[in-house]
Amino acid sequence: MMGRHDGSRMDADVLVIGGGPAGAWAAWSAASQGAKVVLAEKGYLGSSGATAPGGTNLLYLPPDAGIREAAVRKRYRESGYLAEPDWIHRVLDQVYINLQLVESWGYPFRRDENGTPMRDHLQGPEYMRLMRRAVVKAGVKILDQSPALELLVDDHGVGGARGLCRLDGSEWEIRANAVVIATGGCAFLSKGLGCNVLTGDGYLMAAEVGVELSGMEFSRQYAPSAAFGTVTRGRLLNWATYTSEDGTVLQAGGARAGDFLPLMLSQGPVYAVLDKADTEEKRNMLRRSHAIFFLPYDRAGIDPFTQRFPLTLRYEGTVRGTGGIRIVGDDCSTTVGGLYAAGDAATRERVTGAKSGGGAFNASWAICSGTWAGRAAARYALALGGKAGTRALRSAGRSGLAAGADSPAEMDTASLVEAIQREVFPLSINYFRSEAGLRQSLERLNGLWPHVHAKVPETVQGRVRARETAAMAATARWMYTAALARRETRGMHTLAEYPETDPAQTHRLLVWGLDRIGVRPDPFFDSSGERPAERQVTGT
Amino acid sequence: MIELVSRQRCVQCDMCVKVCPTNVFDSGPDGIPVIARQEDCQTCYICEAYCPADALYVAPYADRTENPEERALVEKGLLGSWRRTLGWGPGRTRLAAIDTTPFIDRILPRADL
Repeated sequence: MMGRHDGSRMDADVLVIGGGPAGAWAAWSAASQGAKVVLAEKGYLGSSGATAPGGTNLLYLPPDAGIREAAVRKRYRESGYLAEPDWIHRVLDQVYINLQLVESWGYPFRRDENGTPMRDHLQGPEYMRLMRRAVVKAGVKILDQSPALELLVDDHGVGGARGLCRLDGSEWEIRANAVVIATGGCAFLSKGLGCNVLTGDGYLMAAEVGVELSGMEFSRQYAPSAAFGTVTRGRLLNWATYTSEDGTVLQAGGARAGDFLPLMLSQGPVYAVLDKADTEEKRNMLRRSHAIFFLPYDRAGIDPFTQRFPLTLRYEGTVRGTGGIRIVGDDCSTTVGGLYAAGDAATRERVTGAKSGGGAFNASWAICSGTWAGRAAARYALALGGKAGTRALRSAGRSGLAAGADSPAEMDTASLVEAIQREVFPLSINYFRSEAGLRQSLERLNGLWPHVHAKVPETVQGRVRARETAAMAATARWMYTAALARRETRGMHTLAEYPETDPAQTHRLLVWGLDRIGVRPDPFFDSSGERPAERQVTGT
Repeated sequence: MIELVSRQRCVQCDMCVKVCPTNVFDSGPDGIPVIARQEDCQTCYICEAYCPADALYVAPYADRTENPEERALVEKGLLGSWRRTLGWGPGRTRLAAIDTTPFIDRILPRADL
């Protein structure tokens, strides 16, 4: 519990936590229902999150029944049969509508030779600047630089949140009968483009009110970037030739298929040069598609079309994984009253199953889940009618918040973060997953957990980082607990000891808890027809 | 990482303080923002896009500092270059309007070459 509340207090119908695409859509959608909406964002709505700095692809298919059905079938297969065709259809329908809105708000989508709008890619800065305008115009009150630290709850469910303003250190409390968590995934401060704000904060807040997480084992995704840089964009590597330190060609003109980069980088440095873009016209075309890709090379004095550059893989955690807060309704509601989840904070299994959402699915999911969660949250809050301000709400936060009364030692957040990163960054542990390796790693992570209850640093940045540290520690433990419980290989999940897909495990896995973590198959999703197994609890 | 707030160019709007996703800047006592937590910079370049005075420079290195000379950055045309590429600012064409992404698969190299 924060216990030092002295700041501003506001009442609203809906509180949206997070100001990336999902949060922006949720806030816009809730306000469009006539609700009074406050959006609290750790950074700034417009610049924060995985989408804003770069760009993103989208699932955009014309409303042609045949084309869409084929796409849905393909994705369903690739999902390891953990997605739901109805949900993929819902996303295709909703994102089509919303992208037309985005265009009507002023986004200049390109058109092809026939004049057909090509709405399958968004430049991040432009898109998110536009979303901010739409959200402001809809009447939403935005609190920038205002991370939420904990939810407020009573026996009826959630009723708001408390947090800090990073600019002046003041505390805020917002009472709202419905809360949408849209805080993104967790990338463990791996410096992938725009991803360092994504530290699993929403997972922790949800878990503290008893909500389960689903699909956390699907968290094995890494993205290539320049070894010295942060721009995790792999698509242009389709034009690359890869070489080893001594110049031996490892692969020419191919995608980052399968295990290629993880395997090669485990053996030594890997370099790339975009020499397959072999005309000025092609080079200009690539520059105008993924301009951010070229920024680090231009500034480092490297011509990426003619000079090779070293690559690394940056861990993307659950951002490009598919796990997150379990949602139980078509409206992205959770098992707790008044609590909704959207975007990467929510599980994306219903549309991506065991396969990475990549950019297109996740960006489209953010738009749709935000729209649905915001609308439902508004209706829920407006139907309740009464003011959340009159509820007897209590603080739900437990970890990474201690003011220090019962723990004299101050939390060393930097060392803790490094210790967590040592468990989740290495390809040898987290990409080439084995039961033995994960078990040892989980043991070490469990050993770190008590440290998140130490006294929190006094500074505002220290308080935020302490909470983020607790969220990352919990997320890593949920990931590996789920991964160990899935004794098979499916989609992006692998375990060396179980190289085959097991039809009897065509289910989703739920994890819950903080000091003790439980895991069980989701009883409400069972495409195999098998009976869900008994609840099993593994302690720390 | 963020390396420079140009004192000559800065118009003291504090936009960088407000937009930085990782809270790297503090408002400065003399009105010019200070890089208070350089190590928290995630090298996402977005502050440059929002700076109306092209007063910021983010070096491409995630894990080391560079301490570049402002004059050298100006000579290389790097100050404000990301905002220029995005087509933000008066009289410019937005990158989104000339985005070639929907067309790049047409020039994909053949995998066997």
